[in-house]
Amino acid sequence: MRPRRGQDSSNTGPTGVASASGDLVLSSLTKRFGPFTAVDGLDLTIAQGSFFALLGPSGCGKTTTLRMIAGLEQPTVGEIRIGEHEITYDKPYRRPVNTVFQSYALFPHLSVRENVAFGLKRRRSDSVASQVAEVLELTELQGLADRKPAQLSGGQQQRVALARAIVNKPAVLLLDEPLGALDLKLRRQMQVELKRIQTEVGLTFVHVTHDQEEAMTMADTIAVMNAGRIEQLGAPAELYELPATTFAANFLGQSNLIRATVAQRQPDAATVALPDGGLVAVPSGRLPAGIAEVWVGVRPEKISVHEAADRADPAGHTAGRNRIPAAVVTDASFMGVSTQYLVRTPWQQELMVFEQNRGGATIFRPGDRVSLSFATEHTFALDAGQDAEAGIELDEALG
Amino acid sequence: MSSAAGLGGGPPAGSPAAAARPGRRFAGVPYFLLLPGLLWLGVFFVVPMLFLLSQSLQTGTLETGYRLTFHFATYTDALSQFSRQFLRSFEYAFLATLLALLIGYPLAYAIALKAGRWKPVLLVMVVAPFFTSFLLRTLAWQTILNSDGLVMRFFRGTHLISLTSALGWTNGNQLLSSPLAVVTGLTYNFLPFMVLPLFASLDRLDPRLLEAAGDLYATPLTAFRRVTLPMSMPGVVAGTLLTFIPAAGDFINSQLLGNPKTAMIGQVIEGYFLRINDYPTAAALSFALMVTILVLVSVYVRRSGTEELV
Repeated sequence: MRPRRGQDSSNTGPTGVASASGDLVLSSLTKRFGPFTAVDGLDLTIAQGSFFALLGPSGCGKTTTLRMIAGLEQPTVGEIRIGEHEITYDKPYRRPVNTVFQSYALFPHLSVRENVAFGLKRRRSDSVASQVAEVLELTELQGLADRKPAQLSGGQQQRVALARAIVNKPAVLLLDEPLGALDLKLRRQMQVELKRIQTEVGLTFVHVTHDQEEAMTMADTIAVMNAGRIEQLGAPAELYELPATTFAANFLGQSNLIRATVAQRQPDAATVALPDGGLVAVPSGRLPAGIAEVWVGVRPEKISVHEAADRADPAGHTAGRNRIPAAVVTDASFMGVSTQYLVRTPWQQELMVFEQNRGGATIFRPGDRVSLSFATEHTFALDAGQDAEAGIELDEALG
Repeated sequence: MSSAAGLGGGPPAGSPAAAARPGRRFAGVPYFLLLPGLLWLGVFFVVPMLFLLSQSLQTGTLETGYRLTFHFATYTDALSQFSRQFLRSFEYAFLATLLALLIGYPLAYAIALKAGRWKPVLLVMVVAPFFTSFLLRTLAWQTILNSDGLVMRFFRGTHLISLTSALGWTNGNQLLSSPLAVVTGLTYNFLPFMVLPLFASLDRLDPRLLEAAGDLYATPLTAFRRVTLPMSMPGVVAGTLLTFIPAAGDFINSQLLGNPKTAMIGQVIEGYFLRINDYPTAAALSFALMVTILVLVSVYVRRSGTEELV
């Protein structure tokens, strides 16, 4: 009754092209709480064996999505399938799905061993003891098997919660901000650990988080969620290098967005006019079709700072690099590995620049006149109909 | 339990060195705070207990006065004479506790987990009977169970009364003056003592644990058996103790709702102290009752293993 697959087929990697039999498919999934729409027509296919992250600020609907997959909430509209099986309205205890809860929700009256064996016993599994022992070893909890949850540290409790879920070898493992309660150092450590365990057991992990670094470190595929919808979906590097919306550009890392007008479109690259009239180049593939007003974006670490040229030219582009020649440093913070600058452009916009400290380079001071340059291929453009600030405060508020 | 937390991998929150300094400065404080309670216990429990023990071993009469003669025969005489009342008390108390648990658990569960905004109102309703006296409440049951009452009419209408009579729970054609009435009265009077501790432990139950149980393939019934029930065991133990102990020593319910054949040991003790004025026998019975309860309770607590919980 419970769809189980061999470990080899589930280890096909992030793309999961080998088989579609265990893919988690959400079709026009919608959840309304009264007048509030928490999840709005979600369509998503999560490949079997992949590590998938749902990333977004709190209230974006990511936890509600997770709870619908777990069966703890009923969708208002839509369908959830795992392979061939529709599970939309199945009771939680009938789904081949397990959850690592944000609060861990360990049973305080049971030992670590009993907690981990709970699911196996309910399903009357054979060889409970050996399966439990195996998972305790995988999560490095062997020595703590007879402790009660109250006798464990936060990190240990987190691992028990994980062991208790993966021992059942679910078709889909859901992780609800699983590292949220840990301190920074332990969190980084557990990220590596989680990724290792996922690779080892080859289960589909669906990980909900508001921490973009966490999502990027672990996930094969990230879905950036905002206001109940998916803003963008893709591999971490893909999302980072080419955000599709201002929200994605700001929530995943930081971006400089400059208001511009498309001047000329050519097959391989287009030119856009910045506020000072200067023309910079954007590769055609990084410029949405059919729009005239855009935000030109570039990541802070992609910008280089140079000593200012003598003449105050407008922005321009030569030899594959876009240039903004007449700018002034307004703030410089030395961070060790990098120096972070705020640089004011002739049109009075402050751009963020992260310059690696490779040694030798000049460190500029506030008031210095500088010129900025960044590679054309790192330049992207977004529809100017969107709020340039989307996703900024949210990210800061949540740290 | 928390003391063992430091044994794990992570460093303990407060190292012994850090805790020692403020501890030394206020070393006497815990004992000082214990003082009023200890004094109270000493004056109103230990000393009377010693008096009672000594009284039970004295001989004499009220007129000539009593002398401590270590007359242990009082115990054997009293216990052999009233063994029936003694056993009956425990039997009734056991039945009342069981009934209170069967009624109180669903009630406490509903108030704690399902009542929502009605929770405070329902809790007040559980406690409300305490606003009238124990005696009045018990007398009210005379009216409830009397021959013209609705309950009696129901029992007659459904011929339940023949069944209860056949079982020896009622006498003839009435509900009052019967074991059934006494156990009903005991159950009613001590029900709040059952419900409140049960409520306290069920109210603390994290509903997310039940979600987790469901996520781990437990049906709602299994989740109740494996999570809710074990987690509420401290409440069950506290509630059954708070019901059983006073019910075993009760002397009102049997007197007002029963007949001479339902007499409980509390009634006998009351009679020997206040009417017959045979203090040694009364004291011996009191002491025997207390020791028996103490033994039963410690066996019960030990076996239910509640020290492991929370």
